Amino acid sequence: MQNIYLGIILAPLMGALIAGLFGRKIGRSGAHWITIIGVATAFLLSLIVLRHHVLSGAAPYNGSIYTWMIVEGIRLEVGFLVDNLTAIMMATVTFVSLMVHIYTIGYMHDDDGYQRFFSYIALFTFAMLMLVMSNNFLQLFFGWEAVGLVSYLLIGFWYKRESAIFANMKAFLVNRVGDFGFLLGIAAVLMAFNSLDYADVFAAAPLMASMTVQIIPGADWSLMTVTCILLFIGAMGKSAQVPLHVWLPDSMEGPTPISALIHAATMVTAGIFMVARMSPLFELSPTALSVVLVIGSITALFMGFLGIVQNDIKRVIAYSTLSQLGYMTVALGVSAYSAAIFHLMTHAFFKALLFLGAGSVIIAMHHEQDIRKMGGLWKYMPITWVTFLLGTLALIGTPGFAGFYSKDSIIEAVHASQIPGAGFAYFAVMLGVFVTSLYSFRLYFLVFHGKERMDHHTQEHLHETPAVVTVPLILLAIPSVVIGAMTIEPLLFGEVFKGVIMVTPEHNVLEHLAEHFHGAMNFALHGLTGLPFILVLAGFGSAWYLYMARPDVPERIRQLAAPVYDILDNKYYFDQFYQRFFARGSCETGTVLWKYVDAGLIDGLLVNGTARWVGWVAAVTRHLQSGYLYHYAFAMIIGLLILLTWFVTR
Amino acid sequence: MLPELPLLSFVIWFPILGGVAVLFVGDDNPGRARTLALTVAILSFLISIPLYTLFDPATAAMQFQEFAPWIPAFTVNYHLGVDGFSMPLILLTAFMTVLVVIAGWEVVKYRVAQYMAAFLIMEGLMIGVFTALDALLFYVFFEAMLIPMFLIIGIWGGPRRVYATIKFFLYTFIGSVFMLIALIYMYNQANSFEILDFHKLPLSMTEQVLIFFAFVLAFSVKVPMWPVHTWLPDAHVEAPTGGSVILAAITLKIGGYGFLRFALPITPDAANMLDWLIITLSLIAVVYIGLVALIQQDMKKLIAYSSIAHMGFVTLGFFIVFGLYRNTGSLSGAAMGIEGGMVQMVSHGFISGALFLCVGVLYDRVHSRQIKDYGGVVNTMPIFAAFMVLFAMANSGLPGTSGFVGEFLVILSSFKANFWIAFLAATTLILGAAYTLWLVKRVIFGEIGNSHVAELKDVSTREIVMLSLLAAAVLLLGLWPDPLTSVMHTTVDNLLQHVIVTKL
Repeated sequence: MQNIYLGIILAPLMGALIAGLFGRKIGRSGAHWITIIGVATAFLLSLIVLRHHVLSGAAPYNGSIYTWMIVEGIRLEVGFLVDNLTAIMMATVTFVSLMVHIYTIGYMHDDDGYQRFFSYIALFTFAMLMLVMSNNFLQLFFGWEAVGLVSYLLIGFWYKRESAIFANMKAFLVNRVGDFGFLLGIAAVLMAFNSLDYADVFAAAPLMASMTVQIIPGADWSLMTVTCILLFIGAMGKSAQVPLHVWLPDSMEGPTPISALIHAATMVTAGIFMVARMSPLFELSPTALSVVLVIGSITALFMGFLGIVQNDIKRVIAYSTLSQLGYMTVALGVSAYSAAIFHLMTHAFFKALLFLGAGSVIIAMHHEQDIRKMGGLWKYMPITWVTFLLGTLALIGTPGFAGFYSKDSIIEAVHASQIPGAGFAYFAVMLGVFVTSLYSFRLYFLVFHGKERMDHHTQEHLHETPAVVTVPLILLAIPSVVIGAMTIEPLLFGEVFKGVIMVTPEHNVLEHLAEHFHGAMNFALHGLTGLPFILVLAGFGSAWYLYMARPDVPERIRQLAAPVYDILDNKYYFDQFYQRFFARGSCETGTVLWKYVDAGLIDGLLVNGTARWVGWVAAVTRHLQSGYLYHYAFAMIIGLLILLTWFVTR
Repeated sequence: MLPELPLLSFVIWFPILGGVAVLFVGDDNPGRARTLALTVAILSFLISIPLYTLFDPATAAMQFQEFAPWIPAFTVNYHLGVDGFSMPLILLTAFMTVLVVIAGWEVVKYRVAQYMAAFLIMEGLMIGVFTALDALLFYVFFEAMLIPMFLIIGIWGGPRRVYATIKFFLYTFIGSVFMLIALIYMYNQANSFEILDFHKLPLSMTEQVLIFFAFVLAFSVKVPMWPVHTWLPDAHVEAPTGGSVILAAITLKIGGYGFLRFALPITPDAANMLDWLIITLSLIAVVYIGLVALIQQDMKKLIAYSSIAHMGFVTLGFFIVFGLYRNTGSLSGAAMGIEGGMVQMVSHGFISGALFLCVGVLYDRVHSRQIKDYGGVVNTMPIFAAFMVLFAMANSGLPGTSGFVGEFLVILSSFKANFWIAFLAATTLILGAAYTLWLVKRVIFGEIGNSHVAELKDVSTREIVMLSLLAAAVLLLGLWPDPLTSVMHTTVDNLLQHVIVTKL
């Protein structure tokens, strides 16, 4: 199997290198063929791995490829840990990536950077696979930052746009704030376990449960709590949790295919994956879990609100992504790790579908992204319309659709949880269902139904997008509908994550769910009468009323609730605050240090000051050497007089 | 190659004699001077390779030793030898000199032979510094090295070169004078100038503290550490590209090397007592200098400040051992700090060298170092932009590049000693990325900024060769640092065992 794992990693990397270094020689079609072959190979091999591990139940593989470094006898290695969790992530990542590769042929058709784009997305696939397949923290961090690098390159893909190159720098720096915590977390792991290998660390973890550290003198904190919170700060950066979420909406400056692949389906879920992978550590710290839970709830609810007031088609979906990432984080917080991974997977399919659908709309609208200038598109682009509707239904959690199973499991799990913060979280995820339904249908109605508000020229040229675009939509729509019903039982209540994800008995909320679970069909039927579905319908009804029946009402509401609208429109003023406090604050501090300390004090006073002082002394003493004999004679006489006076009066 | 050959003398004197030969070719014949210089530089690098391949990583003893009496009256000897600290730095020196010769190929038109000769002679002297086992011999190389650099900045430098050279010279000279006094003092005690004898020399606390401060003065200026760093931005700004590369890549490392060879083993108790001072200054370098780098308008100044910040990790890694030992009672994690500092030195040699070469590439075309004179360079120089982004990422410490390895190890090590030291050191993840990527954003990305940028020609084959060599080095060291660290394990352990034993 090791060769297969290696092949999965190397095939996309080869594609990326060839397309990147020899893009001009192999041409446009050469570039897309080589990368698509690479990623398709990775996908097919991942299916073999999926069958081998998940279906045939093979034992996890844990092995190293090469030794990166040995320091103090600690072997830092590059290697793979492939178990059921990894296998599911690999299949999801390579499938979405393959769809996005094919879609890109259509979306980037007229772009000058065609080969560069394919090189980047193939490189991303490599980096993401390195991240999920790692068997140690070092390689995890490598993959972690490597996906960040590719994200940086792709957000700034259109490097002439000022907004794009601002957004990519912002994304990298905000992620670096998360990585700052993450790296310290890794250092804490090394300190506690003297190893960075997952197997060693997880095996020794229970022994560390009662260890404490003093970070502030006098206060003993649990070592595991400190470690887990530091690691989670990394996850907050990558998975865009409040308050490190600010980069994700701006990342929409990148081309739409990467919004689907990186900023919705895969990279942003790396944080969720990481916490699930670290479940043996997080389970030791209820405090850390509560932090995770509260942060996730805030993100799930408050980012959802922002989706309601956005007018850019991609930004609405971006805020939806933030909110859904919040749901996954909530699931982690209540120890329902497998529910988080389940939602991660279903979300990957339907959110990639929604983004690619949005991209299809954007192509048809000649790169217009403002939903106020759309409407009535259903009759021009039927495939996009139907698939987008399916994606929307999955997102809001319509019983039977993929998103329903994962989201309802999370809500139930929160309901069953007893840990501090669970009450607030339950409120947040419940209200979030209404909000999700509202902004999703608002988007859907404004884009596909109602009055056609585009200009005449655009309207004339409206037509369905080519097959390279629509085929991936169809292929993604299938799992968006069926994957939930197919996999809920093995993933949540079966043996798939046994031995992979660790849950202590008192946190095991999914066990409560299992008692009431009688098959996927039954779960869906039961869902029809549940409170979440009522909220979904309420959201749908509100959206229909506000944007179809009475389109004049939203404007009136906006005027009535102007202060609230301002807060939402300014996204709670996070950006303004960061810009003023951190960005300008750092520059101002730097200026003061440079002008007054470096240039003023050190150079001005000490260095050049010393030089000036020496010069001044020399200038003064120079006057004494006038060269006139009578000056010297006079000085001698004076000196003699003083000496004599001293001798006489002594 | 037989170990009996005086290999170290070869790697010192071959470039020096080659440099003299280049001088004799003369400035009238630039083509031949260049070819000869390149041949000498490449051969020097090739003859330094056996130092790695024949090196025995299992012993902490000095290897490839050479010994001859020099001034018998004062028992001064021509004693050379290398261990796991000096050997990698010799290879780095020889490698970077090749690049500097290539970098100056068509660009330097004024006194070509002298320019090339200065760098070759400089190479020999710097290798001399790394190999000398006799303190006086070390001092001679240490001071002699100033002369070619003084000339390089003074002759081929920018408009304020006189100010910069004097500042550079006085700073380093004043620092090293105190070291000379300390060396002579210890000579009187030990009756020998052997550095290894100094290591064993018993010294009282007062003596140690005074000697320690003498070393700190000499080496902190070289590193440079805050607050004796202000010569560096000026020197870099005025130096020609090659001068900046050597200055950043090698001469700064001599400061770090000095701490390992002199300050730590000779005055371990003073270092133990005063480690807080060095650590504080190192953290100031990371945080304060990082903030100062952020607002620089001159590309070279920005990279110069970034160098200071990165060198802060070197001194931090070297001095974390004491706090670690005091707090935990074991040496676990200490080797990580020192090896991290060493890797950071080599890596910074590549990365800062590469960034200065990148600035040189732009300067040769536009004749400005100001960030505002650029913008959108990627539009006209896509290949160059790819290199620049790679090196910028390495400078930000991206895993997979060499810039990550050293910082990672030092942060891991300092976390064991004290959470807050690690916390402050780790801010480099944010600050380092901020100043580097902001530079990239303003210079490389965006719409074409002005007519100069619109007319830029992408990198030539010569420049591609030069940048590719560095890119390969940066990636190789990042993806597989083991070949570098494995040669220093024994030396590091030996040093650690030595420094925790008190001399009192």
